[in-house]
This record gives sequence, structure tokens and C-alpha cells, in this order.
Amino acid sequence: MDWMQSLRLVAPEIFLSVSGLILLLGAAWGQSRKDARAINWLAVLVLIGAAAMTLPTLLGQVSGADALAFDSLFSADAFAAFAKVLIFLACAASLALAPAFFERHGGYRGEFPVLVIFAAIGMAMMVSSTNLLTLYVGLELNSLAAYVLAAFLKADERSAEAGLKYFVLGALASGFLLFGMSLTYGFTGTIAYSGIAAATEAGLSTGALFGLTFMFAGLAFKVSAVPFHMWTPDVYEGAPTPVTTLFASAPKVAALALFARVAVEAFGSQSVAWQQIVLAAAIASIVFGALAAIWQTNIKRLLAYSSINNVGFILLGLAAASVEGVSAMLVYLAIYVPMTIGGFVAVLMLRDEGGKQLEAISDLAGLSRTRPLLALGLGSVMFSMAGIPFFFGFWGKFVVFQAAVQSGLLIWATIAAVSSVIGAFYYLKVVKVMYFDEPAGKVTGRSDMAHEWLLTISALFISPLGWLFTKGLGALAAIAAGVLFAAT
Amino acid sequence: MTDFPILSLMLLVPLVAGVICLLVSAQAARTVALIATLIVFVLGVVLWMNFDVGGAQWQFQENIPLFAGFSWALGIDGIALTLIMLSVFLMPICILASQSIEKRVGEYMAAFLLMEVLMIGVFAAQDLFLFYIFFEAGLIPMYLIIGIWGGADRIYASYKFFLYTLLGSIVMLIAMIWMAQTAGTTDIPTLMQYDFPPEAQTWLWLAFFASFAVKMPMWPVHTWLPDAHVQAPTAGSVILAGVLLKMGGYGFIRFSLPMFPEASAQFAWLIYALSMIAVVVTSLIALVQNDMKKLIAYSSVAHMAIVTLGLFAFNVQGLEGSMVVMLSHGLVSGALFLCVGIIYDRLHTREIDRYGGLSINMPKYALFFLLFTMASIGLPGTSGFVGELLSLMGIYQVSSWVALVAGTGVILGAGYMLYLYRRVAFGDQKNADAAAMPDLSLREWAMLAPITAAVLWMGVYPETFMAPMRGDIAALDARLARAKPAGDANLTLGSPKQLEEHAHEGGAH
Repeated sequence: MDWMQSLRLVAPEIFLSVSGLILLLGAAWGQSRKDARAINWLAVLVLIGAAAMTLPTLLGQVSGADALAFDSLFSADAFAAFAKVLIFLACAASLALAPAFFERHGGYRGEFPVLVIFAAIGMAMMVSSTNLLTLYVGLELNSLAAYVLAAFLKADERSAEAGLKYFVLGALASGFLLFGMSLTYGFTGTIAYSGIAAATEAGLSTGALFGLTFMFAGLAFKVSAVPFHMWTPDVYEGAPTPVTTLFASAPKVAALALFARVAVEAFGSQSVAWQQIVLAAAIASIVFGALAAIWQTNIKRLLAYSSINNVGFILLGLAAASVEGVSAMLVYLAIYVPMTIGGFVAVLMLRDEGGKQLEAISDLAGLSRTRPLLALGLGSVMFSMAGIPFFFGFWGKFVVFQAAVQSGLLIWATIAAVSSVIGAFYYLKVVKVMYFDEPAGKVTGRSDMAHEWLLTISALFISPLGWLFTKGLGALAAIAAGVLFAAT
Repeated sequence: MTDFPILSLMLLVPLVAGVICLLVSAQAARTVALIATLIVFVLGVVLWMNFDVGGAQWQFQENIPLFAGFSWALGIDGIALTLIMLSVFLMPICILASQSIEKRVGEYMAAFLLMEVLMIGVFAAQDLFLFYIFFEAGLIPMYLIIGIWGGADRIYASYKFFLYTLLGSIVMLIAMIWMAQTAGTTDIPTLMQYDFPPEAQTWLWLAFFASFAVKMPMWPVHTWLPDAHVQAPTAGSVILAGVLLKMGGYGFIRFSLPMFPEASAQFAWLIYALSMIAVVVTSLIALVQNDMKKLIAYSSVAHMAIVTLGLFAFNVQGLEGSMVVMLSHGLVSGALFLCVGIIYDRLHTREIDRYGGLSINMPKYALFFLLFTMASIGLPGTSGFVGELLSLMGIYQVSSWVALVAGTGVILGAGYMLYLYRRVAFGDQKNADAAAMPDLSLREWAMLAPITAAVLWMGVYPETFMAPMRGDIAALDARLARAKPAGDANLTLGSPKQLEEHAHEGGAH
């Protein structure tokens, strides 16, 4: 293997690492508020740059041996590129939110953007992994950075609690994953996906099946699919909102893409075995995510349950175990990320006169009259999440249903569809509070410009204008999914 | 003219006007909305003028492929034409009826104009998924209209409306996806000719039934309707009763019947049973209502039951009758809601007992109200008579028992409507404030007079409205012929008795 070739393939990651280290040095010396801000915006540029560097891989449909680097430990193929572009952009968006928020809560620090960059590198490794070792290193790199991020507001009890909870449960999940990986290694004799695929082609031994199950359980933790979702509401509620925005977007993309890669590349021939697991998790997430959200009174917890619900739909795409299914999953992800970022940005903009964050749904009362544009933005997010047509969220659900029906999962698709009505109930609740109730007059604080811009962009994307992207998005997702299946 | 995308234009005008309404002041929004709806109405008239009766089944077709199998496919047949005409006819009247709305006028008008876009879209869509999108997206503006501008209990009503209808239609979406994959096309005219295997039809029919039965609404899933009607503002009720309910009937006639004829025959008993119950039960419920809007809402359920009976009679009379009932009910119940709205604006109550003797101080109002009451009952000379007679004739050919039960609906209808009229318009002027109400204003004249003209026109010369759809009904009847249930009348042709010859030999020569 040509080293230069390998280095060229991982160029975006190298760019991120080097930039991250330089910014870390900058953060060590520049302790003032202004420096932290500068580092933050530099990090945003770096992430956007990395996304731009990744894009040609996706457009060029790089696949197979052309994409393998470092003796097949790493694959920079079009599938990974699709996920990476989403991840980098989501990280950049979360960073853009951060300074304004942290400056109101005890000061911003240059370490924050650096940690996000390292998390992004970890996520990029996850989606590019072709080997259990790369998978684990990437996952832990991301997780360690994420634990620190969750507890970033050191003085805030809830943030510290969220960090600890995330760490304990995340470590448990890693344990599951490692146990599954060791079983898989023990019964197939290899840690390369291609090797595992070759070893399981004839059939899955009981040990390997156990390995597969444990690995999937560990991954389900990471994507917060039911029944491994318990940490999600607590962490989402406790973590600082910009961090929650990040958690709800980029790592979800990474973990779900990784999920798909392991399922298709390592166990592709045994799809019957994992299809049931994924399907069960998907349906449970959809139903539980919808039901449990009904009683929430905190908007961040509500969005947490809504993310569980959305993950269920994405997994339903994977459960279809077809090119269309994975492509649907990617389309859904690409819509879900701006949707959820928009939701959290709107939450960030809910502040009272003194700049205190408001999180109770009842505080939103009458928002449509006091802050019509903010209400319109959050309302669009809600209708879009509910999957009501004309909003772009409908398209994501539609392609997933299409893939599921094509794979003969008719009954499951119907159950998922009916559950989405339950989901619609609590999304409507937010709209109702904003539009029908008398103004509570609580949301009076000024918004930051970065927040306004981000909300505008994401609201435009999920508005009917988003349909303009459908063709391009579908084509890109089809390329990515095709590459993933071609590799097997 | 045929190449001109008039349907797209009819969708575009209200959409643009809706956006403008959001941006301008309250008074300007009213004007913009009125002008836009009038323009669309004129376009509708142009559409009708250019519709070639007896020509091709699908006219004014537009087809621009979009993405992933979707296409912007529009086109109408006679059935869609008449329903579009109904929508564009009622819209300017609704805008006029919204004078009493004072809060958030711009948003209100925008919601109504968006509603108009979606209604026209539903009737004009020729792509399965395009239809679904229009069908489903209508929930959002209606939810907001009920929830923001509705009465006291509006929140509950808006939720019920939204979730009931969403639950119904989401199952239909899965069925549509399956159909599109099986038939390999999303083109509605093609699918109307496609023969799905009968076993699959059963499930597909049930999925579509779930959606249309809720929309229609059929007993026992009608309970959202009285709530939504009562709480919605007047114009909202008019649109709900006038057009949204017709989407259910349109769904049956466009999807369930032609696409799944075998399943339709298989489940005809279900439709008959539900409709018979609906006719009797909801008529009786209407009889005991104290709230005027609720009474009319229940009467809508009863009328819609006659529509479903006519549709599933599988013959030309039934189908034509159902279409006419739908059109007539759209006009008449819309007008009745307007009549309620007119006195509601004056006294701010819908309670029947608070009125009385209105024919003394509001004679012109009483005259209009009487006419629409009669039309609702189905008096000959009004539009209600034509439709109900045809529908009942249609169902009589299939089952005389069903026709008998459905016929009681007409009698009960006379009961509750006349009882309502007596309590509101006749008798003593027992409430001083009701007795002091002024008669119709010019604006109210402008609302009621066009509907009156249409109701009488349809009652005296229904051919105008039936001619465009005759070919489509005949095509549908031919399509349904293979699944037609046998009638229970078992007519046997008698042999004519021989005339006694020269019995009147002494007659005049």
C-alpha cells in the first residue's frame, strides 16, 4: 500500500487533526473572551473546509479498493463521505451557536471548539471504519470528547450530572460493544469487516450471533434506540443546549452510518439475523419515543424523545436491508440533522429579559404574537418532525416507508405510520401553545444574530423550499448507499 | 387554450395572495383575499366554459415529472370540475363572511387562501402522491383556523380534527406506496384502469376506507365533525361542510370504486350498514340539539350517509345522485352555516332558545333561511331534491330495505329542520335583544343571493351540472359492472294480459 495514497485519502481528517492541535495551542495561550471567539469561528471554518474536502469523494463515487487506506483499516468511500459532510456541517452549526450561549453562562473557553473538532475526527473515523479496531478507536475518540462537552458548564449541577450519566452509560455501552467485538473476533478469527463477512457467509455460529447481538446492543446505546435510550432525555436536558444540539445531530449520523456499515459490510450475508434486531429496536423506538414524549413539559426533553422517535424511523430504513433502505436512511438523516438543529436553535432563542434560558413548554405560550418569526421557525420544525406534507420532514418518512414496503415490511411500516400520529400529538401541543394560547410574555430576550441565521437556514431547508433539493439529495444518497453495498 | 396551464394558475393565484396577506395590514388583507378568490372564481368559470362536455375524459392535463417518481400531474374530469367549481364559488363568500374576524386578520386570510390552493389541488391532482400531499397538507391550515379563531372549546376540537384525519390518511399512504410499487405507476387515470388482485384489493380498500370514512365522515368516526363545526368560525364551518367533507366522497368515487371494484362490492354491506345507522341515528341526534351549528353538523353526517349509499349502489342513478347531493349539500349546508353566522354575529350565541320570532324583525333573513331549510329537506325545485331522489332511486335498485331506511332520513330531516326553523323564525319574540336585531346588510345579501341562485338553478335545471360528469359516471359504471351486486327486487317480466277485444264496441268512432 502506497503511503502517499493513504495519506491523501485521510486528508480531511489530517487537516482537522492538525488544525485542532494548532487551535489547542491557541487556546492554551489565548485565554481572553475575544480569543475564544476567534478560535471558535476558526474552528467553524476548519470544519466547513473539511466538509468541502470530503465532498469530491462523494461526487466522485469513490468506492472499493480505491477508497481503502492503511492496509484496509480505513475506507474513505462515498458512503463515508456522505456521512462526513453531514457530521462536519452539523458540528460547525453547533459551534456557531456556542459562544453566545456560554458567554451568558460563565464565559466561553477555547477548549470547546477544539473538543468538538476532536469529536468530529472520531466520528469521521467511525463512519470510515472497515475494521473493528478502527471502529472502536473512532468511537472512543468521539465519546471521550463528548463526555467532557456534556459537563462543560462545570459550575452547573445539571451539566455535571449529565456528563457523569453520559460517561457511565456510555462506558457501559462501550463494554457491550467490546464484548460483542471480542466474541465476533473469537468466532470468526478476524477483525476486518471483509474477513467477518467471508467467515459468516456460510452461516452464523451461535457465538458469532451472540457477538453480533452484543455489538448491536452497544451501537443501539450510541444511537439511543429503545431499549437502550434511558440516558438520552437526562443528558439532553442537562447538557448545555449547544452541546445537546451537537449530540442530537452529528453523533447520531456517525453512529447510524456506522450501524449501517457494520450491518451491511460485516454481516451483509446474514441480514436475516440482524434484520429482526434492528426492526425490533426501530419499532420500539418509534412507539416509545412517541408515547413517552406526550407527558413532557420541558422542551429539551421533548426534543430528546422526538430524537428517539426519529432514530426509530431511520433504523426502519436500515431494517429494510436493501440499497433503497440505506439510501432512505441517509436521506432521512440529511433532513433530520437540519430539522433538529433548527429545533434546538429555536430553544436557545427562548430567553427572558435577563437572558435566562427558558425550557418549559408553557413559557412558549402565545409566542406567535410576541415573536412571530421565532414561532414560525419552531412551528415549521414541529410540523416537519410530525411528517405533515409540504414540510420537508414528510419526504424523509416517505422514502423510509417506501423502502420498508418494498422489502415486504408492510405491517411494520403501518405500525410505524400509525405511531407517527401519536407523535403528531405532542408536536401539535407545541404549536398549540405557541399559536392558540394567550401570550405569557416570558420570551422577551434578544436573540443573537448567529442563532437567527441558523434558524432561518434550517427553517428554509425544511420548508416546502426543501423539496428543491429532493432530486440532488436522493441521487447523492443513492450513490452512497450503492457504494456501501458494492463493497460487499 | 388547452395548452395554457390554467389549473396551475388557479393554484398559484391564491398561494401568492396568501403570502401577500401575511405581509399587509388587516384591511388590505381582506381586500387582497377577496380579489384573489374572485380571480380564481373567474378562472374557474373560464375553466368550465372551456371544458369540452362529452370530449376527452381528462382535460386540461399538465404533466411535469419532478423527482423520484413524483410528477406535477394535474388534470380534471367532469367530476373534479364540478367540485372545483363548488370550491371556488364558496371561497369569496367565505371571505365575505369573515368580516367579524378581528384578530390576526392577515394570518386568517392566508390560511384560507392556502386552504383554497389545497382544495383545488386535491381535486385536480393526477399523481397519487401529489394527491396525498394536497389531501394531508390541508390539515395544517384547518387546524390553525379552528384553533386560533374558533369558539370556546376550540383546542379540543382542533386536536380531534387533526389527529382523527391524520390517523385515517396515514394508513392510506402505506397503501398508496404499495400500489405504486405493484402497478409501477403513480398516474391516477392509469391506476383507475389497473386490476389489482382481489385479495390485495381487500386490504387496500380498507386502508383507503379508513381515510375517506373519517373525512366523509361516516358513523361511527363522525364525532370530530360536530366538535370542529361548532368551534370553527363561520367561514371555517362553510369550508368544512362545503368542500372538505366532499373530499371523502371524491376519494370514494375516484379511488375506492374504480381502483378496487371487487373489494367495493365485497364491503358494500359495511357501507350500507354504517350509512343506515348514520341516517337514522344522527337525524335523531340532530332533533334534540340546542345548538344550531351542532344541529346542522349532525344533519351533514346524515346527508353524507345518503351520498355513500348512492355511491355504493353501483349504478348510474346512485352515482349521479351522490354527486348532486354532494354539490347541493356543499351549497345548502354552507348557506345554513352562513345563516347561523349572521345571527351569531348579532347576538353571539348559537343557542336556539335565545332566538325566536325572527321573521318579524328580520323578514328577509327569514326568507333566505326558509329557502335553505327547504333545500336541506329536499323540497322539489331545490337542489336537495334532485340529488336525494336519484340516490334513493339508485339504492332502491340494489336493496329496497336499505332504500326504506334511508328514506326515513328525508322525513327525519324535515322534522329537525322544520323544528329548528319554527323555533328560530316563528313564534313569539321572547327575547328582547333578539327582537332588536337588524335585517340583512348589503354584505350579507351578497353572500346569500349567489348561493340561492345556484340552489334554485340546480333544483330546476340540474342538467347544467350533470352534463359534464355524465361521461365519467358512465365510464365508472362500466368499470363497476363486473362487480355489481345483484338487486334484491328480483323483477320478473310479466306477460301482458290479452286485451279483451272489442270490449267497447259501442265506443265513439
